[in-house]
Amino acid sequence: MKFPYSETVLEHFRHPRNVGKIEDADGKAIEGSPACGDMVSVYIKVEPKTNTISDIKFESYGCASNIATGSIITELAKGKTLDEAKKITWREASDALGGLPKIKAHCSVLAIEGLRSAIQNYEERHGLVKEKTATAVETVRKRLKKVMNPITGLDLVRTNLVKDIELQDGNVRVVVDLPSNHQFAPAIREEIEEKIEPLWDVKEVVVEFTE
Amino acid sequence: MLDKRVYLDNAAATRLDEQVLEAMKPYFFDTYAVSTSEFAYTQGIEAREALDEARGKLAGFLHADPEELIFTSGSTESSNIALKGVALALGEKKGKHIIVSKIEDFPVLHSARALEKQGFQITYLDVDGEGFINIDRLRDSISDETILVSIQHANQEIGTIQDITSIGHICREKGVLFHTDATHTFTRVPLDVKKIPVDLITISAHTIHGPKGIGGLYIRKGTEIAKWMDGGFQEFDLRGGLENMPGAVGFAKAAELVTPAENKRLQAIRDRAIDRILAEIPDTTLNGHRRERLPQNVNISFHFVEGESITLHLDMHGFAVSTGSACFSRSLQGSHVIYGIGGDHERAHGSIRITLGRYNTMEEVDAVVQTLAEVVRELRSISPLGKEDNNKWEDTR
Repeated sequence: MKFPYSETVLEHFRHPRNVGKIEDADGKAIEGSPACGDMVSVYIKVEPKTNTISDIKFESYGCASNIATGSIITELAKGKTLDEAKKITWREASDALGGLPKIKAHCSVLAIEGLRSAIQNYEERHGLVKEKTATAVETVRKRLKKVMNPITGLDLVRTNLVKDIELQDGNVRVVVDLPSNHQFAPAIREEIEEKIEPLWDVKEVVVEFTE
Repeated sequence: MLDKRVYLDNAAATRLDEQVLEAMKPYFFDTYAVSTSEFAYTQGIEAREALDEARGKLAGFLHADPEELIFTSGSTESSNIALKGVALALGEKKGKHIIVSKIEDFPVLHSARALEKQGFQITYLDVDGEGFINIDRLRDSISDETILVSIQHANQEIGTIQDITSIGHICREKGVLFHTDATHTFTRVPLDVKKIPVDLITISAHTIHGPKGIGGLYIRKGTEIAKWMDGGFQEFDLRGGLENMPGAVGFAKAAELVTPAENKRLQAIRDRAIDRILAEIPDTTLNGHRRERLPQNVNISFHFVEGESITLHLDMHGFAVSTGSACFSRSLQGSHVIYGIGGDHERAHGSIRITLGRYNTMEEVDAVVQTLAEVVRELRSISPLGKEDNNKWEDTR
């Protein structure tokens, strides 16, 4: 077999750990959608005294890297405190898997987000809800850090592909420094829309390309 | 598990037939000279004769005259010449409107897009749920500005065979040139240019156990088309470049080796695969038409699971198949064909294409169906889709 996947990735893909639902979960989240191609749901049980994750399960509709990352984050997060688990990065998950192909970063980052969202869901349900703050250019930029540039496997912001962000009355305009006929332009557009649209006060997202 | 790897992606490329290699060999070691005029030296004249013979045989399969077929480097080049050559010849003179279907393969689709950037107007015709264009809509789309209609003979992914007879008659009636991409039908589905008014046909050797890097373009006598690949005077001064002699001879041999019996055999294997998968694996949808379909094509969507995961599992079991999933593609975009027939992302992501060739057997297809059933069951058990609270598919059917 000749795949750009490490032995560890293939092993987790073949035998994913901690698969399934937790019916009486303390926190749960679904990230992604069938439309974007990948979907991960994460369920956690939390030990309230220590705020540690006592049990965690995941489900995946996705490709091999998505399944393998879902599997590895359940292993990484189990037994950690919520604050520790929140800080698990894509890089840590990727390292634990012996590396993921750059082009697959966007499929695997979903599992990390799923874990963070499940923790957030727990915190919200336990009276730790933060007040809704109005979306600012910085909020958009922060979200764009979750959109992967498939050319490099790093995010759009870090690879300087975000040329401009404008925000007016809930209308967001993002200019991406790529030609519109670039191989990955449609994929990047879809992913930006998917990340920015859920912001509670955003009405419309327009993604433009420089050429 | 089988003790050897089973290749089921014959629409992408095929294993060379040994008889083809044998036919090609002399043109590497003996008759390696350039094909010359009849007034040159012996080797060159022999090369010329062999080229003419190969051309004659291939043209014969289309019921065309030998001088109506030019050799190219493959179907990509053939379709490029057809679209850009006609655009160059008629763009200024007649008009700048070209009609293609939405589900054409990339050589046609991307040639159309390239022409669009140069000021041509392109109509991308919709297809129905099984992949057929609407004949009336095609007729209505043709205007005085239209110079070319390019509709494939059969689809590369879902195998749907278009009614090119009707399409050809409409084009003829309206005085518009008609090109069809027959990459996947050549020798598998009959195409007679004496009966079907088609002006340009793209064909290729790579789909019929011939060598890669050789294809052809049928150009009906009198068709206005400009030379696009400049160079020498080869190929009736329509395509410059040293002729690929071994390729041309191999292509002709490969075409000869395809028999009606073989096509019938592939169709029987195809039908068995489709029938078994739809009957034995729940939540599956056939992509394309049940009968108006390439004899070698199976394409089925497995709901609630993603195609790259299926192909990777199948590969670990020794089977090579293809998928329309975004994760599998070089552009990270799901199949434009599945979207074109009205499929959503989920249907594209879960689509698996099995394409058959000479070396596949009924046993292999039985084995892949059994493995598919296991793999899909396993992947569904870890998928959040298709379970009680997320039964989107149940609602829409």
